[in-house]
Amino acid sequence: MEFDFKKLGFTLLGLLIVLNWGLLMSAIMRKINARVAKRYGIPWYQPWVDLVKNYAIRSQITHGIMFYLGPVFRFSGGVGLFLFMPMLITAGGQWTNYSFQGDLVLILYFQFFGMLGMALGAGEGGHPYSAIGISRGLSQFTAIEVPMTLAVISLAIQYQTLSIADIVKAQQGGIMNWTMWTNPVATIAAMLSLLGALAHAPFNLVRAPNEIPIGPPTEYHSTFLGVLQTNAAVLHVVEAALFMNLFFGGASNWFEFIVKTFLIYFWSVFVGTVFPRYRIEHSVSWFLKVPLVLGIIAIIIFM
Amino acid sequence: MSEENNINKFENPYYKKRIVEGPDGEKFEVDPLKDYFCDEHPKVHKPSKIPVIENFLNWARAESLWVLGFGTGCGSIEIPPLMTPRFDAFRFGVQARPTPRQSNVFIISGYLAIKTLKRVIRSYEQMQNPKYVIALGSCTINGGMYFDSYNTINRLDYYIPVDIYIAGCMPRPEALLAGFNKLKELIKEGKAEKANEYAEKFEWYKANQKKIIKDWNMPDYNW
Repeated sequence: MEFDFKKLGFTLLGLLIVLNWGLLMSAIMRKINARVAKRYGIPWYQPWVDLVKNYAIRSQITHGIMFYLGPVFRFSGGVGLFLFMPMLITAGGQWTNYSFQGDLVLILYFQFFGMLGMALGAGEGGHPYSAIGISRGLSQFTAIEVPMTLAVISLAIQYQTLSIADIVKAQQGGIMNWTMWTNPVATIAAMLSLLGALAHAPFNLVRAPNEIPIGPPTEYHSTFLGVLQTNAAVLHVVEAALFMNLFFGGASNWFEFIVKTFLIYFWSVFVGTVFPRYRIEHSVSWFLKVPLVLGIIAIIIFM
Repeated sequence: MSEENNINKFENPYYKKRIVEGPDGEKFEVDPLKDYFCDEHPKVHKPSKIPVIENFLNWARAESLWVLGFGTGCGSIEIPPLMTPRFDAFRFGVQARPTPRQSNVFIISGYLAIKTLKRVIRSYEQMQNPKYVIALGSCTINGGMYFDSYNTINRLDYYIPVDIYIAGCMPRPEALLAGFNKLKELIKEGKAEKANEYAEKFEWYKANQKKIIKDWNMPDYNW
């Protein structure tokens, strides 16, 4: 098999664009939160400075092998999500990364992969707050996965395919062809579960900044934290891109990509600025009520 | 720093050497101070020798100051107005961080009781190498109004190295902002290397700390 260097170059360039867009989105998010609190807020370049600072810290300490591997697993989860998902559907097909038939199943798996790696790594850190954060994170994410998976199965039945690129192609030809209009019940179920997946308030009990310091990454510092921050920037954009591809017609150029991922991501930010935080048992039972029922209805409609 | 120096009047039984029986009946010896903690001393981490790189990294360190959320005395009441709309320190890259592992700046806010000093040392030692200390108020300079108290320390820099002193009782948030800007200047000039100084003069600092903390029941360096 011949190796496609052009494809690799476009994929790495795409990763660079996604990383910087993710950092800019996190700056805009904190700016919005500051303005809601009537503050001026951070400078727009603060996330880049924080990242450089964290990579530049001179000393690191470790708690063992899994402590090293935790951020690595988390990062490979985020990058894996990026690698196997088409970013833009264009005529040339340069920006489809390494997507293939059946990548939808792999994407669902990769969403959980980083969480599990992080759980093992943070567990070896030995801090009690990490353990609390992990148990909360895993139980909440298990509850989030149920409506999300039901919505995705509904889409698979609707379009008779497990390929994200095919789902995007089926939605072309005008806004009324988007899944948002052809399968509104699955869209609502998935958008509600997205609130939990992006972990802003009311579902931010996992990191709970002023209660259990910051949950799983309590012991992570310097380069470890830098890797986690890099991953967070990539992951937020890629999660939004997944929903853009599945429900909102995909994108054919970077401008459309940026507008759509911005709106999808900020759906959860705006909800987060006005709602207080749920307790973990409330958030788990919340996901297992309305979103779960909507997900089941979405499947029954297309059976 | 031999073990005879430690006057363990209030020794915590948790840290004592003891025989523990495992769940399957096997007996083994546990010495918590040796088994649970690393007894290595801190190392000096030299700055990069290439000036361009070091200047750039120092700029990043100065523009991203993560403050440890640990109020030690009455001065910590000045921190909430510093971060909220009126003074909004986020504009200057100052952010609060809940865990010592991820923070770079330690604000000693006012008087330090000996009990608190022990926790301050533990937290300070858990912070990673370029780390800075801001001492707030007169109490950290000469004891302030608690100069003859039986229970507080008078001079902070006997126990941990201090980068910036902010005098006053209490200094207002404006003074704190001025202190942060001064600290930024020091970092950008490459003069804020007190973490390395702590590692170099480790024996001296440790002797001072042990002189005043009578119930020393932790390892010499808290990794």
